[in-house]
Amino acid sequence: MTASFVRGMKCRLCGTCYPISATNFCTEDFGPLEIDYDYEAIGEALSREKIESRPMNMWRYQELLPLDGEPTVGLQVGGTPLVRADRLAAELGVARIWLKNDAVNYPTLSFKDRVVAVALSKARELGFDTVGCASTGNLANSVAANAAAAGLTAYILIPADLERAKILGTSVYGAHVVGVHGTYDEVNRLCTQIAFQYNWGFVNINLRPFYAEGSKTFGYEIAEELGWRLPQHVVSPMAGGSLIGKIAQAFEELGRLGLVEPQPVRFHGAQATGCNPISHAVKAGLSEHRPIRKPHTIARSLAIGDPADGYFAVKLIRESGGWAEDVSDAEITQAMALLARTEGVFAETAGGVTVAVTRKLLEQGRIGRDEEVVICITGNGLKTQDAVVDHLDKPTIIQPTLEDFAPLVRSRPEPALVG
Amino acid sequence: MAIKVQIPAPLRQHTEGKATVELTGATVGAVLQNAITQFPGLAGRLFDNGQLRRFVNLYLNEEDIRYLQNLDTPVKDGDDLAIIPAVAGG
Repeated sequence: MTASFVRGMKCRLCGTCYPISATNFCTEDFGPLEIDYDYEAIGEALSREKIESRPMNMWRYQELLPLDGEPTVGLQVGGTPLVRADRLAAELGVARIWLKNDAVNYPTLSFKDRVVAVALSKARELGFDTVGCASTGNLANSVAANAAAAGLTAYILIPADLERAKILGTSVYGAHVVGVHGTYDEVNRLCTQIAFQYNWGFVNINLRPFYAEGSKTFGYEIAEELGWRLPQHVVSPMAGGSLIGKIAQAFEELGRLGLVEPQPVRFHGAQATGCNPISHAVKAGLSEHRPIRKPHTIARSLAIGDPADGYFAVKLIRESGGWAEDVSDAEITQAMALLARTEGVFAETAGGVTVAVTRKLLEQGRIGRDEEVVICITGNGLKTQDAVVDHLDKPTIIQPTLEDFAPLVRSRPEPALVG
Repeated sequence: MAIKVQIPAPLRQHTEGKATVELTGATVGAVLQNAITQFPGLAGRLFDNGQLRRFVNLYLNEEDIRYLQNLDTPVKDGDDLAIIPAVAGG
């Protein structure tokens, strides 16, 4: 049903048009390809009422996604809560915070289920039976799970020293998991070579134009859950730098289609200091990032030293009037605990990054104290327990008697973080 | 000195279909200049006004040349130079 809305693919640099196929770059200048839609036709086909009449998952926006037919993979993905976070807002000193909480996305508890649902549905349309990815962990989990459910063979390449939970949460689905000695960027380079040599569908390589579109649904949902309007500020984590741009594109599309009132939104990017190519470029006034050879941070999901969309992320942040910041590992774990004890949301390290960066931007006056901000929570804390386990209070151990329990209540300790 | 240069599939229309070409030169930049002399179709794809294009990555024996000496990185007989599209991952 959506076939008529996709006109093809277009180079983001030179505008050269290509028919739909499994390729991610322009053969003229190596620029990234993106999907070219017929927005006029979409505008006639889509309305708020139509969207609202559909099930609460990412496919309620399917006219704006690049499939020829109905989706066949990840039918229940998306529709995650936008949580009003008044206790966190009070703690950070700002009028209003919303958490877009993809820590509870289905099936693998990160925003990556959105991109994978589109990429694997497209992989099937294009006739692939083997799929794969280069991953810092969350994508590995998602490709493995969704490929398993779809009956596709999956090859997942990850840095060999990734968190245990992320490796386990990939192997369990029966995927071929390959740990590579090296950084994510080295894994990614190898996967590019594999994808073209073996002609498999690598979701973030030759299927990347389709894959990236899935992230737009994170943005559509924010606007719809706000009551069909846009927020003043968005704080997004940045790894490859794609998500922040796709949220911006989603807002722009909704405005263009008349589904929201267009208004300026400031986009702020969040990174870890141990891997900050994009935030460094923004702060240093560079037009593009300098790659970081050996990232070192507990925010492993953001540890991409050479982000593919770094150039576009820097540009967007600057043009939107936003900013970028990075935070230390200690700030990340503190922010994870703060988010958990104020809002009951256990986010992974990347969520600690966005919360800690929000605090920093407030202190710098880049977000006004009387303004509204959406913080993106893209992954679940249960996957990165190693990062916080040594920083949390251990439970008090007692005998099963009231005598032992009573003193604990009198001297109730703060249930927060020590370090 | 022969350097093995890996050509990505979409550029092979400019290298007579060859996936690997053997070229000479003292530096990465010199090898690429020789590549362009032999296969002029590569010129505009790899370079824009003399600058290597933003989304082209070059790896000498698996190491990104930006962590070496960029186009001035010296090469030796038997080295592998891979041209790889940068728009991937994330």
